[in-house]
Amino acid sequence: MSAITRDEVAHLARLSRLALTEDELDHFAAQLGVILESVARVSEVAADDIPPSSHALPLTNVFRPDERQPSLTPDQALAGAPAPEENRFRVPRILEEE
Amino acid sequence: MTVETLTSYDQALTRYEPVLGMETHVELGTASKMFCGCPTTFGAPPNTQVCPVCLGLPGSLPVANAMAIESTIRIGLALNCSIASWCRFARKNYFYPDMPKNYQISQYDEPLCSDGYLDVEVGGETIRIEIERVHLEEDTGKSTHMGGAGRIQGADYSLVDYNRAGIPLVEIVTKPITGTGALVPEVARAYATELREVMRSLGVSDVRMEEGSMRCDVNLSLMPRGSSTWGTRTETKNVNSLRSVERAVRSEVERQAGVLDAGGRIVQETRHFHEETGTTTPGRSKEEAQDYRYFPEPDLLPIAPDPAWIEELRATLPELPSTRRRRLQAEWSLSDLDMAAMHNIGAIPLVEQTVAAGAPAADARKWWMGELARRANESGVALSDLAITPGQVARVGALVAEGALNDKLARQVIEGVLAGEGDPDAVVAARGLKIVSDEGALSAIVDQVIAENADAAEKVRNGKVAAAGALVGAVMKASRGQADAGRARALILEKLGAS
Repeated sequence: MSAITRDEVAHLARLSRLALTEDELDHFAAQLGVILESVARVSEVAADDIPPSSHALPLTNVFRPDERQPSLTPDQALAGAPAPEENRFRVPRILEEE
Repeated sequence: MTVETLTSYDQALTRYEPVLGMETHVELGTASKMFCGCPTTFGAPPNTQVCPVCLGLPGSLPVANAMAIESTIRIGLALNCSIASWCRFARKNYFYPDMPKNYQISQYDEPLCSDGYLDVEVGGETIRIEIERVHLEEDTGKSTHMGGAGRIQGADYSLVDYNRAGIPLVEIVTKPITGTGALVPEVARAYATELREVMRSLGVSDVRMEEGSMRCDVNLSLMPRGSSTWGTRTETKNVNSLRSVERAVRSEVERQAGVLDAGGRIVQETRHFHEETGTTTPGRSKEEAQDYRYFPEPDLLPIAPDPAWIEELRATLPELPSTRRRRLQAEWSLSDLDMAAMHNIGAIPLVEQTVAAGAPAADARKWWMGELARRANESGVALSDLAITPGQVARVGALVAEGALNDKLARQVIEGVLAGEGDPDAVVAARGLKIVSDEGALSAIVDQVIAENADAAEKVRNGKVAAAGALVGAVMKASRGQADAGRARALILEKLGAS
């Protein structure tokens, strides 16, 4: 059995606003299952005395001083935006009609 | 949409016990953003304070602002919290354009500070509000909805400004507050007020609710009296004044009681408070249950505050507002009631500064709580927003103490200062408001008044000293309030042989 169910993939697709077809759900569930199983193999070799880690670097408290750096200009910031308006990013309707 | 029947507040409280929870967001007043060097100035033109990091451009990496971490620890210490010895940021994933990354960097199950409390005073009693957690996150961008009356519902599209995205934001969450009964709106307001003062005393934020640098979310549920099972709660978002906090709680009590009384059931939802009506309406509804898929933020390293550093920060804590109030109350010899009245209208720091400018505490209090409170109330502004400084109030008090002004003239001087006519001395000079202390001038006025009020004068001559009051009044009127009433009285009695 796959490490991720078809329903879980459908749920994640919905959260990510991805419209997947029935065939795609089967396809991706199988693919994601392989990825999850591969990652899960790490836990087979993890010894009890090794705490789970989220970061590869053995560092803590990496901070920057509270100092200002130059920002982008609005033109630079909006250069990649498909439809800037009044120096703002234009985005499609957020809530669907009910 | 169904029309809801409200249950009156008093009725509601006879049947239900409210359970309150407060979530407060405070924007920190750092010079730069949480994870990048962009400025944090309020009101800058759209998208002028953005960079690849806060725009979430590929390849950019966040680095935490040391001052924001320090401020959060100081807030935690001021709220009597434990400071985590090790904790991480987490990604809160959601699909909404107010964050260009499609996630917000926040903290999840490892907040920087937890398990504290804040004591607040309501109706002369101290209520301990327990704090669940204080965590650090980044603020979101600002959306302007176009079409559909400017609301998100029915809008055609939205425009987003990311200047605010990435400003350090501290979230302070209380544990459920129970047992407040009918006082629940006041408790909510007192908590928000006290929290704001603590933030101010720490100097970590300008806590301007009208500009959104402090925002309160009010969680409320009702539990039938005698039951021990909590009801379903609603969350009223972004209530943006202290008064609105109180009104939002009250309105939710009435609404929820109405639903329950009609046999209905409370829907767990986000609601919005409306200033104009004082009521709440459902917010983003019909959305699926939130699934934020939190996971540790891989781009930021864990925070592990050294105990010595925490103690250094503890040493920087100022005298906290409640301690300060107790000290001042003792110094000024005021009753709890007087102190509470001053606290409620924000007069304490003003009186304190007026005393520092040389006024006796009783005088300072008299002006701020009397004439100035009245004028602030009349023009609907906060006491601290009146166009008069504590130094100017102290000067008015000094002029009265010297005998150069009486109270009536002093009120005219205050009026002049508030109208922008300059310092008290300038107003006195420009309006000619000195007390008439010239004996010759006063004597002439007294003679004239005695001549014009023969009846009253005769009574005084015959020993009815009380009748002199009318003559003093006439002298004050004739001098346009500029005579020294005590001196006028003495002169009247002397001239009528009654002294």
